[in-house]
Amino acid sequence: MQRSKIDTWVGFFVLVGAVAVLFLALQSANLLSLSFQKTYAVSAKFDNIGGLKPKAAVKSAGVVVGRVENIAFDDKSFQARVTMALESRYAFPKDSSLKILTSGLLGDQYLGIEAGADDKNLAPGDVISSTQSAVVLENLISQFLYNKAADTSGSAPTK
Amino acid sequence: MSWYKPADVGFAVRAYLGDVGYAARLFMRLLQTVGYALRRNALVRDQIHFLGNYSLAIIGISGLFVGFVLSLQGYYILQRYGSAEALGLMVTLSLMRELGPVVTALLFAGRAGTALTAEIGLMKAGEQISVMEMMAVNPIERVLAARFWGGVIVMPLLAATFSAMGIVGGWVVGVLMIGVDGGAFWSQIQGGVDVFKDLGNGVVKSAVFGVAVTFIALLQGYNALATPEGVAKATTRTVVMASLTVLALDFVLTAMMFTI
Repeated sequence: MQRSKIDTWVGFFVLVGAVAVLFLALQSANLLSLSFQKTYAVSAKFDNIGGLKPKAAVKSAGVVVGRVENIAFDDKSFQARVTMALESRYAFPKDSSLKILTSGLLGDQYLGIEAGADDKNLAPGDVISSTQSAVVLENLISQFLYNKAADTSGSAPTK
Repeated sequence: MSWYKPADVGFAVRAYLGDVGYAARLFMRLLQTVGYALRRNALVRDQIHFLGNYSLAIIGISGLFVGFVLSLQGYYILQRYGSAEALGLMVTLSLMRELGPVVTALLFAGRAGTALTAEIGLMKAGEQISVMEMMAVNPIERVLAARFWGGVIVMPLLAATFSAMGIVGGWVVGVLMIGVDGGAFWSQIQGGVDVFKDLGNGVVKSAVFGVAVTFIALLQGYNALATPEGVAKATTRTVVMASLTVLALDFVLTAMMFTI
């Protein structure tokens, strides 16, 4: 086949388009962070998950070690059952604890996993028992007001 | 023609249905030319060069400026709520999901669609199409197929270029000029954009728009009256119909993709 100038220009155009797609995929959509690592599933029950969503990160010491797979409501215990997939290369002690945290003031919520001291490690299908619910702003405010009221009624009126 | 006379209404409906049927048949025949386009890929290559390379400058520069403006406007709204770091995410999502495909399709209709219509209309006016038919060359394969597949291939690439340039533009204004933290700018983008949901759907949108705009341009050119006036009218109709179709399709696609 005869190679012409047009071939070069068309190749240039297609390359520009491909570079744009790659830029969008790698720099913006963070394709590389989609991990194809092997994972194992662990679940936990929370009293309140706040704004936690499926696909939220599970972090330990700030490093992403897994993702939230599924969130369901358990109508036996009236708690939220959160299933997460932890990467197989990371092992955690059986008595590790989970916390729902927020990245930044308005950021997404994620799960923080804190290692315990047990000799045995978490196995697939295990349930993490020690969990800490999300901080709900309304509860915080009502608690604050309640304490304030208790303080002022306890002490002698100042005026 | 008056709307209260049943005969006139019936005639209008029949004529309209005839047009729709003709368009649908032409569309099906174009879809069947995949094999021909693959065999004669040099023809498609020439069209990619004509439609793509020459549109690259206008698409890139428009993308850059849309990114500039989005970033400027977005900053003043976001900083009011103390979340200027989310600027990058806002710019990227608006570009990937909506502005990239839609604005590219509108520009593509104006830049390349009109050229297609005028070219085919003038071919018809110069009786080149009739000559082809007389020589037993199928004009739908020889003339329309390469242009159709060229347009369909070019549109997603142009839309991706537009979005990428827009994000770079947003970064220039947001980070370099206004002084939003660069690390937060990119990390917010990477945390909030999904490869399949946002980027993938944007690419699907732009491909659909590519089919729609190119097909409308070819249909108008192929149907144009073989006079200077007819070609002029067909070119105008291409821009109007392609733009409206793109906007309507965008609403339907968005409703299907992002609300479920």
